[in-house]
Amino acid sequence: MNYIWYFLILISIVFGVINGRLSEVTNAVFSGTELAVKIVLTLLGIMTFWLGIMKIAEKSGIVEFLSKILTPAAEKIFPEIPKGSPIIGDIAMNFSANALGLANAATPIGIKAMEGMQKLNIDKQSASDPMCTLLAMNTAGFQIIPATVIAILAANGYKNPTEIIVPTLLVTGTAFISAIIIAKIFKKLFPAQQESAVENND
Amino acid sequence: MIKELIDLLSLWALPGIILIILTVAIFRKVSVYEAFIEGAKDGAKVSFNIIPYLMAIIVAVSMLRASGAIDSIASIFNGILNKIHIPADILPLAIVRSLSGSAALGVFSDIVSNNNIDSYTTKLAAIMMGSSETTFYVLTVYFGAVGIKKYRYALLTGLCADFAGIVMAVIITSIFFI
Repeated sequence: MNYIWYFLILISIVFGVINGRLSEVTNAVFSGTELAVKIVLTLLGIMTFWLGIMKIAEKSGIVEFLSKILTPAAEKIFPEIPKGSPIIGDIAMNFSANALGLANAATPIGIKAMEGMQKLNIDKQSASDPMCTLLAMNTAGFQIIPATVIAILAANGYKNPTEIIVPTLLVTGTAFISAIIIAKIFKKLFPAQQESAVENND
Repeated sequence: MIKELIDLLSLWALPGIILIILTVAIFRKVSVYEAFIEGAKDGAKVSFNIIPYLMAIIVAVSMLRASGAIDSIASIFNGILNKIHIPADILPLAIVRSLSGSAALGVFSDIVSNNNIDSYTTKLAAIMMGSSETTFYVLTVYFGAVGIKKYRYALLTGLCADFAGIVMAVIITSIFFI
């Protein structure tokens, strides 16, 4: 991020000079700060409301309910983990919390699942296959309601911001499934190295 | 017919979820009001914590836009980009969204406020933004927590999935909104 940020600003100033738009670039600093404040105010509203609602969801056990339904699917996706292991439950909970947009709740549960997997892991330095699959699921970012996006659209005068919900779901759903498939393909392409045995012979 | 059904689903998704959550909570004797306040406090905190991050990226992107650099770069690829329905403004979002969540949010806000609100660009950006998670951040947090040093194929998987997500976003947005 350090380099990206530096280069963004460097390129802006260089291009500003080349295009003779240096004063516009300078003005953009001020208009940019204004825009940032405007966005934060928008976010303040929706984040406060939405996380309030989601706290209710958390306390009413909806996350647990969803994860119970999803446990069989999780067992299929993670054949390496013994059935009935609490890790499977953690994975299902992690997914359910993410789907509801409860990132703050999802991360600790996900890390708990990672710790469980680390106990089963042979090479403690290197990621195991189920770990890679879990992270593929998490990086795909499956979420039912993209609340922040809707809020920013609404704040900018978008008439019907919730119309993006279904298309977004389609995209995030396919991305999520392809993430799992890609992880499964790479698992075959890049099998775990059995280094320790070889090194012991040296 | 299908379009109407989807619109109906979109319309009902938000109120539906709120209604279900509240009803389940009431039946389970959760003190909904107190729970709401507790969560809302977190929400306020999160929003304040994000200010410095948003400031950094939005100012940088605003400068970039003002300098004309995006237009210059885009004009090189214009032919190809137009053909595959990717407006130039989307490029920074596609690049930054795997790296930093708050940066992506900044770029997204910048796109929304600088394009016609009803434009294809805005819709594509919204759908890309709503369907992604910050790959690098997730890897760092999860692997860091259990002391994994070799990520093996996890990063590659995340980036491939991100790419698949971008492609899907362009396809779906074209189908729905062109």
